[in-house]
Amino acid sequence: MSLILIIEQILNGLQFGVMLFLMAAGLTLVFGVMGLINLAHGSLYMVGAFAAAAVAGATGSFVLALIASLAAAAAAGAIVELVVIRRLYARDHLDQVLATFALILIFSEGTRWLFGSFPLFLEVPRYLSGPVTLPGGIQYPLYRLAMIVIGLLIAAGLFWLIARTRIGIQIRAGECDREMIAALGVDISKLYTLVFALGAALAGLAGALVGAIQSVQVGMGEPVLILAFVVIVIGGIGSIKGALVGALLVGLTDTLGGVFLPRFFELFLAPASATSVGASLASMLIYILMAAVLLVRPLGLYGGRT
Amino acid sequence: MGRERMFNAAMVLALVLVPLWAWMTAEPFIITLATKVAILALAGVGLNIALGLGGLISLGHAAFFGIGGYAMGILASHAQTATPLMEWPFLIEGTNQMPVIWLVAVVASALAALIIGALSLRTSGVYFIMITLAFGQMLFYFAISWSAYGGEDGLSIWVRNEFPGVNTLDPIQFLAICYVILGAVLVFAARLARSPFGLALSAARQTSERVETVGLTPFRLRLTAFVISGAITGLAGALFADLNRFISPTMLSWHTSGEIMVFVILGGVGRLYGPVVGAALYILLEHLLGGVSDYWQVFLGVLLLLIVLFARGGLIGAITGREVAHD
Amino acid sequence: MTEPVLRVQNICKSFGALKASDDVSLDLYPGEIHALIGPNGAGKSTLIKQICGGLMPDSGRIEVLGRDVTTLDTVARARMGLGRTFQISSLAMEFTVLQNAVLGALGARGKAFRFFGNVMKDETLLAPARRALERVGLEEDASRRTADLSHGQRRQLEVAVALTLEPRLFLLDEPMAGLGGGGSKALTAFLDELRHEAPILLVEHDMDAVFALADRISVLVYGKVIATGTAEDIRANAEVRRAYLGEEDAA
Repeated sequence: MSLILIIEQILNGLQFGVMLFLMAAGLTLVFGVMGLINLAHGSLYMVGAFAAAAVAGATGSFVLALIASLAAAAAAGAIVELVVIRRLYARDHLDQVLATFALILIFSEGTRWLFGSFPLFLEVPRYLSGPVTLPGGIQYPLYRLAMIVIGLLIAAGLFWLIARTRIGIQIRAGECDREMIAALGVDISKLYTLVFALGAALAGLAGALVGAIQSVQVGMGEPVLILAFVVIVIGGIGSIKGALVGALLVGLTDTLGGVFLPRFFELFLAPASATSVGASLASMLIYILMAAVLLVRPLGLYGGRT
Repeated sequence: MGRERMFNAAMVLALVLVPLWAWMTAEPFIITLATKVAILALAGVGLNIALGLGGLISLGHAAFFGIGGYAMGILASHAQTATPLMEWPFLIEGTNQMPVIWLVAVVASALAALIIGALSLRTSGVYFIMITLAFGQMLFYFAISWSAYGGEDGLSIWVRNEFPGVNTLDPIQFLAICYVILGAVLVFAARLARSPFGLALSAARQTSERVETVGLTPFRLRLTAFVISGAITGLAGALFADLNRFISPTMLSWHTSGEIMVFVILGGVGRLYGPVVGAALYILLEHLLGGVSDYWQVFLGVLLLLIVLFARGGLIGAITGREVAHD
Repeated sequence: MTEPVLRVQNICKSFGALKASDDVSLDLYPGEIHALIGPNGAGKSTLIKQICGGLMPDSGRIEVLGRDVTTLDTVARARMGLGRTFQISSLAMEFTVLQNAVLGALGARGKAFRFFGNVMKDETLLAPARRALERVGLEEDASRRTADLSHGQRRQLEVAVALTLEPRLFLLDEPMAGLGGGGSKALTAFLDELRHEAPILLVEHDMDAVFALADRISVLVYGKVIATGTAEDIRANAEVRRAYLGEEDAA
């Protein structure tokens, strides 16, 4: 196996990882600040993708499509927070699980109703399509490279937001002590809506970006949601840093495992069974990673609280 | 006699009358529906032991349901092709005998619950929810990539498995089998709730600290409950596979976990007959709403949302007018 | 001299810069009531957690019945015979009063892994549970829901659950709080007798009760034991008056 293949796969893993980060960041903030488990986060990812596909179809502009994904997911997030989610903060986790499971049913079937069961397609714009030559002569799709860059920029922006801005201070205070922050005169319900919409917008953007390389369809958010959960379990609840580290770990492990495990088993098994054993094991690899982290650090790499 | 008791008595009566009615009408469709309700209720009764009694919010019970299903699929597929499961180090043959399949399903899903539980019960709260969900998903992807048993497409079994002395091909007789098992497990669950273990487990749900200070380890209580719960749900999975004569990774998908949880909630969490009422209501809704619109799950979602937000005791709670706290 | 039932030796526990336990030593001898007092924030709760096994000290050693239990968890210490009550009630609120007491009897008798038989019909559990309720004066309330009890009654139930364990030593965390004058007096009389069954480490804000009951008193201030002695010694101790009683007077 060549070095080029390895580098290519590492880049693929990074690209997958940063997209997982966009999903996990919102989830972990909502966990950390509001103490809420939101199963419907994957639906917001789907909303972003459908909004982008619809706008791109109507206008032909990819930039407008991305803006639409952010706006639609943020709006959907804000509405859901105002109508349903805020009634759940004081409830136990079971109620949160059920209510957000109900939201998934509503979002998924509602979207099927509006757009039908057939997948939509979101095209990569011409100026981002085709390969780019990286130093060392490696050919890599420009669009995937752009996803990595966008993801990392957003991660940097998020770190800046949390560490340096007024909102960030309020978010951090909210993680520590809800009453304290209310006593400081911060409108806590506005803050919650804002955090929820922010997380939704990030999920929506991830949906749109990924939608251009996969198909846009109902249920697309759920596998990603569960991977984002794995990311958060590994990184620790409420930690943006943990979400980033966890996302990159999961992205790289999944991608590299999927490619290299079957090859590894070819070393001592017949090709057919090597492929099947390798693929089976690769599909379980990130969960094994999660189990290993749990054994060593039950609260995740950067987590301090339950 | 309290309203809840009267309701429970009515449930027992309904459990007896429905199959009688199904038998009188001899309508295979109704019989199949009743069988489906009984099996899904059984899965719910299993989950309810972890969820209602133990307060363990498992979103990974599809794993056990699916393992039960695959136990049936694997054994039966080897029986129908007359190829052994393995020849070395010792010979294991497939089988089409239900009792053997059930035993394997129960043991396999209990073992899986032991491993998953031992890992995920190291945590609590949202971590536990996410981890059970993740392990469930792991098995889902494993089943998809396991091409020997159908991979993504699943696996069909040509003929329903056999039970000594019963014609399982006759829908009413298969219904009877499922009913007897459901009844036995309901009796077991009721006795478990009243047993010393049930008291200790219920206390661990309410106050872990207290349980420790009387010298009991909450982890061991919860893990035991999780294993019992997983085993029952696994048995339901084996029966469900026999009902459809088909297994597929869908049995392991997290939607299945969510649905089993919905049965429990629709009926009322922590109540003996909650899962039975919930499963019946779910199947009823599926057929009533499903006839009105292909997108009936939107209505299910709205209904579930309303129940969670405004009627926390579930249907039984609404009828008997008493809530069971579950936090 | 007899061996102490509980011996806390030089334990330290810090949370960042805060020294919650600063070289704390105290012991409890058979037949005695040893009271632990101190103003709020003195580190009493942290000390109790370390004695019960909920929190590991940074350094130092804890012995129960002559055995080093420093690294043992709450469950192991409970099994060795440490019966505690909680300051903030941690009873199973959905249970009846009797069920809470039965839970204690169940734990003490190691019967938790029995899956059959009605636990509320098991006389080997019901008898000790009823006896404990009777002793604290809750026999009339046995079938009430615990959540419906008054705060004082919950304290009584806490004590009853500890009794069902038949412990070798008691650790009672503010059992008087919320009892009111009559109840407080009754419990004082009860504890006075109880010390002969097993010694009591008593954390209490009710100074009348403390001075009436305690054979010895330790005063905890800013994580340090500033004095240990009889009620007379403590009353006369200048440092205690300054640090602790002074505050009470001022308040």
